Amino acid sequence: MRGGRKTAVGNVGRPPVSWALPGILFFAVFAIVPLAIAVYLSFCKWDGLNSPTSAGLDNWTRLFKDPEVRQAAWLSLLLTTISWAFQTPVALLLGVWAAGRQRSRAVLSAVFFVPLLLSTTAIAMLFHALLDPNFGVIKEIGPWFGIDPNVMGSSTGALLTVAFVGGWQFMPFHTLIYQGGTRQIPQVLYQAAEMDGAGMFRQFFHITLPQLRNTITTSSVLMIVGSLTYFDTVLIMTKGGPGTDTTVLPYLMYRTGFQTYDLGYAAAIATALVVVATALSLVLVRFSGFGNMRSTREGM
Amino acid sequence: MRSGIFTQGTRAARWTAAGAAMVMAGLLTGCGSGSGSGSDGGTITAYVYGDDAVKVQQAAVTEFNKTSKVKVKLVSVPGTDYVNKLRSSMGSPSAPDIFFNWGGGSIKPYVDAKQLVDLTSTVNGDAELKDGFLPSIMTAGGLDGKIYGVPMRGMQPVMLFYNKKLFTENKLEAPKTWEDLQKAITTFKAQGITPFALGGSDKWPELMWMEYLLDRIGGPEVFKKIQNGDSSGWGDPAVLKAAQTVKDLVDQGAFGKNFNSVDYGNGGAPTLLNKGKAAMHLMGSWEYSTQLGKAPEFAKKDLGWTAFPTVAGGVGDAADVVGNPTNYWSINARTKHKDAAIAFLKTMASQKYAKALVDNGDIPTTSNAASMLSTSPNPQFANDQYSLVQKAPSFTLSWDQALESQYATPLLTELSKLFAGKSSPEQFVAAMKAVK
Repeated sequence: MRGGRKTAVGNVGRPPVSWALPGILFFAVFAIVPLAIAVYLSFCKWDGLNSPTSAGLDNWTRLFKDPEVRQAAWLSLLLTTISWAFQTPVALLLGVWAAGRQRSRAVLSAVFFVPLLLSTTAIAMLFHALLDPNFGVIKEIGPWFGIDPNVMGSSTGALLTVAFVGGWQFMPFHTLIYQGGTRQIPQVLYQAAEMDGAGMFRQFFHITLPQLRNTITTSSVLMIVGSLTYFDTVLIMTKGGPGTDTTVLPYLMYRTGFQTYDLGYAAAIATALVVVATALSLVLVRFSGFGNMRSTREGM
Repeated sequence: MRSGIFTQGTRAARWTAAGAAMVMAGLLTGCGSGSGSGSDGGTITAYVYGDDAVKVQQAAVTEFNKTSKVKVKLVSVPGTDYVNKLRSSMGSPSAPDIFFNWGGGSIKPYVDAKQLVDLTSTVNGDAELKDGFLPSIMTAGGLDGKIYGVPMRGMQPVMLFYNKKLFTENKLEAPKTWEDLQKAITTFKAQGITPFALGGSDKWPELMWMEYLLDRIGGPEVFKKIQNGDSSGWGDPAVLKAAQTVKDLVDQGAFGKNFNSVDYGNGGAPTLLNKGKAAMHLMGSWEYSTQLGKAPEFAKKDLGWTAFPTVAGGVGDAADVVGNPTNYWSINARTKHKDAAIAFLKTMASQKYAKALVDNGDIPTTSNAASMLSTSPNPQFANDQYSLVQKAPSFTLSWDQALESQYATPLLTELSKLFAGKSSPEQFVAAMKAVK
């Protein structure tokens, strides 16, 4: 995520490139090498026990014809959109609020931060228990709000639940990003706006939001890539069900790889996922002008 | 000093790199040298399917470790993850030495990859093992006439469990025919009680319905054909009829409305039965141990059981049984302590182990089982189950164990779509015929 262009500011006192070695090495061993292996495997047939044998383009031609992949891709896209639309406004407002100096802000911020500290598995199991249609809290509380306790048994309900649980967990993280971003906004802008008679809302829409443009991009890229690879909650809460209605791409990959043991095809799905996620974040960065990092400080 | 070192450019960088490389190397080799290492006599790892019956295996391990130099370490893998975890570790250097399995298709990939110890000569050359178990059970765990496993748990036919209290209150008898079943469904639905508990989110409990329905409708031969690798077998009209029956039951509300989000693994479905919220539960005979563990009062007083009823117009024998003949221990061919592993497997044939299984409510598959059943916590259940299996003309192995995972996984997915109303019986059949 760290844009390298900022270094153009000057090379005075910069550490040598070799300082990046541990990082590069780590990245190579745990990201590049596995990625290369996955790409290689996507051209193989492999059951995980015997040696992989070449399969040519079989996995890839199958990938583009497979209706399950199409459905999973659509669900992934849907989940990503819902997650983004749900998390961004809330995290943005919370972040801006948390950047202020109100009373008890620090305490509440700490409370809001808690979900991020819990393990994903614990959270998923917790919500699974809460949403149990027969013995969960939802059984008692759901009807008050006109919610059918069988939330996770309906296709829309299950997908929304997964998006909600993920949002609940990761919102604090994005709140933190927005809080940091808001604090970076020079106070002079607000002081000037106040002198010009701009109220709270105008200040928010004309100073805070535009100034947070790059922060929004950062947070969105993280959110989108995160939702595209969202897996653990699906595995624990819905197992891709009901039917295949929450079988998003990463879960389909898991099922193909570790339940059907068709690891070659699973690698093809994984590779496709990497390509899509990378492409999406590149497009987002390009179109939001995120590449020109210095632009928000223009005229200062 | 410190800042000096860090600004010294290349030399410091080299050190950092070297340090990082060593850490990496450490991590990598750390991954590579998983199992087998140990002091003295060494350790053998045994993977077992984690449920309420593990305590029996744990006791056997403790007993074995008292005298053996090579110690057995029992790893209880939570049920839902068992197959995954086993498969992943069998392809890695940290594979278990001994592992629990269902025989048949469940071990075929390992046999094909030459990862299992062929126990044929060991068993045949050892009176204790050869005569210790029912011969049919011993062969059921093998493949192509060879023996790869030693029975280690009770027989597990799938039975229809019911809440006796609810049946008495509603003046109903345990269903023997499809008519009885329909009557029970209507009666319980009118009372606001779910007729059948079903852990649909785990998928495999749904499979039990399909297995019995197909058996009752078309007889065991239909699945035999599929099991032997002929996927056109899914096109048999009996499969379509069974799938249609499933759809009818679902539409009727026989499983309630929310079975899709109820599980078996975490106790969802069994709790429905023991709390009286559901009247019946089609489940493997381990349901008894499960209920004994979760709700002992209920298990002893109100838990009833019966065979799966007949289905109108079906040609299958009403005495046929589906489920798991038993579970087996198999030995990894890469183990460093083969003799110790075999020695441990032999303890499975002991009177003491069989007794421990009986005490846990299981019916061991040892030849002497019948004589022990009277000491079971519920001799009635033990005897009923034993005679159910003994009289069965056919015992079909659970489909998800009989088929290899490349067929079993899509089967479970397609079935869950059928139950969820996401695909029609016709679509189910078409999808299964297309699986390659």
